Amino acid sequence: MDNQTLLGHLHAHFPQAILASNMAHGALSVTLRREAYVAVAQGLRDDADLRYTFLENLCAVDYLGRIPRFEVVVHLVSMHHRHRVCFKVGLSEDDPALPSLTSLFPTANYQEREAFDLMGITFIGHPSLARILLPDDWVGHPQRKDHPLLEEEIAFTFNQERIYAHKPFAQK
Amino acid sequence: MTILIPTPQQITAPALAGATETMVLNMGPHHPSTHGVLRIVIELDGEIVVNLAPDVGFLHTGIEKNMESKTYQKAVVLTDRMDYLAPLSNNLCYALAVEQLMGVEIPERAQVIRVLLVELQRISSHLVWLGTHALDLAAMSVFLYAMREREQILDIFELVSGARMMTSFIRVGGVAYELPAGFLPTVEAFLDVMPAHIDEYEALLTGNPLWLERTVGVGAVNGEDAVALGLTGANLRATGVPYDVRKAMPYCGYETYAFDIPIGKKGDNYDRYRVRMAEMRQSVRIARQAWERLCAMPPGDFMTHDRKVAPPPKQEITQSMEALIHHFKLWTEGFKPPVGDSYVSIESPRGVLGCYIVSDGSPKPWRVHFRGPSFINLQALAHLAKGRLVADLVAVVASLDPVLGEVDR
Repeated sequence: MDNQTLLGHLHAHFPQAILASNMAHGALSVTLRREAYVAVAQGLRDDADLRYTFLENLCAVDYLGRIPRFEVVVHLVSMHHRHRVCFKVGLSEDDPALPSLTSLFPTANYQEREAFDLMGITFIGHPSLARILLPDDWVGHPQRKDHPLLEEEIAFTFNQERIYAHKPFAQK
Repeated sequence: MTILIPTPQQITAPALAGATETMVLNMGPHHPSTHGVLRIVIELDGEIVVNLAPDVGFLHTGIEKNMESKTYQKAVVLTDRMDYLAPLSNNLCYALAVEQLMGVEIPERAQVIRVLLVELQRISSHLVWLGTHALDLAAMSVFLYAMREREQILDIFELVSGARMMTSFIRVGGVAYELPAGFLPTVEAFLDVMPAHIDEYEALLTGNPLWLERTVGVGAVNGEDAVALGLTGANLRATGVPYDVRKAMPYCGYETYAFDIPIGKKGDNYDRYRVRMAEMRQSVRIARQAWERLCAMPPGDFMTHDRKVAPPPKQEITQSMEALIHHFKLWTEGFKPPVGDSYVSIESPRGVLGCYIVSDGSPKPWRVHFRGPSFINLQALAHLAKGRLVADLVAVVASLDPVLGEVDR
């Protein structure tokens, strides 16, 4: 399997799905429409000639200032063909939501939770979309580029009341 | 069949609502058998595990976010701190991703040094796994033997980099320094004795009836489920799937070394043990080949000659204006990869370690993401330990070999 063959296959089977593609550094990466994303992943997984059964990586990137602002990046591997393909889906700032891949690839579970936790991407249909690395009462998604750095004030006796009043546990 | 991966909240909710048929037990975060700061919430029926969920994040230090405010070369030190039992593998993965982004040519000698060090790292990481795994199953003496040989490897790392664990030795463009005098004989002395030592560990465990009772058939998973769960490394190969990045998508010239991929059959604790033991032997074999190549090469080429990436040697700075400018630019500003992204994965001791880097053309990465194999392997814990005793869960955690620094990053 090489990049050209796979890209040809994608163009033939999912003509509506592909927005752009490139082969920088010898790796095929394809930008997909959000609606077609799950169908393409399923197509590649279930096709007996392709067998992209291993979801190696799933992560999100925040391109602040660009439209669409967010991008979810997925790397699928065919162990049979020893080939990797990268899918990207752009997501707007107002609606950073994407269908979940967990029903196709159980391994997407933690990776989608991580992207939700740190980047604030919602994965529709995920069985348990909860924070994974940060505490449950954390406010915000720190890997976003507009998340303020070094904002936390240290509580001493003289300012403790004022700081604790803003904490999530005080608002309950 | 869909595989469910519950959250800790889902396990505790029925108990908090008053359900009494089963008991919820907290294991960790401070528990010796969790190999770090890992909390496991277990739903128990008597002593049988009905369901469980790992609770991770206690060691989250925001390494990926931190890298965004460091230059590419300075970010290398953060990679050491993820998988702290295999810092050189992390260095290598990150360096390869940046090099792919920049399109840098790495001299062959630097590649060979990298392979040699990474394979030694694999042995040392597997030795910690072996020692702690055996310790969890009450075989105390193996730990002492394993640490003895690991010490020898750490001495080699100290010799080349000055640090025993957080080496930061593999840098973008090659490796940090020239190899010191006495490196090759020290490595040879280690490679000479290691196969006999592996025999020694195997004599203690492989046929030991107590060991067999605790490992054979415990935590079994089939190949299809293992791929679906994203298991990689020895955990995947123990199920019989011969996937190793070093063979499937070779990097650093691994295609030129002769080695085999050990695989198992049943995917239980015992197969994982056998695969890792065989992997150590293969690592010795690769390291031996790399050592032979190094002996045949003249010293010198340890860093790329691309002056946009690697600083010029000291003598050059004193004579050439251009070299001085390169030196100044590199250490004040850093190098600027072109706009774009790159993804590289390598076979770390724990599985497929991936690094995704996005560059916006500035000297600092726009986004770095690591696919930590420990993080993803941990998802399989519930699938592997359900329906077994709590004591088996301890064995399964040890056998999956997670490093919590990498899980939480």
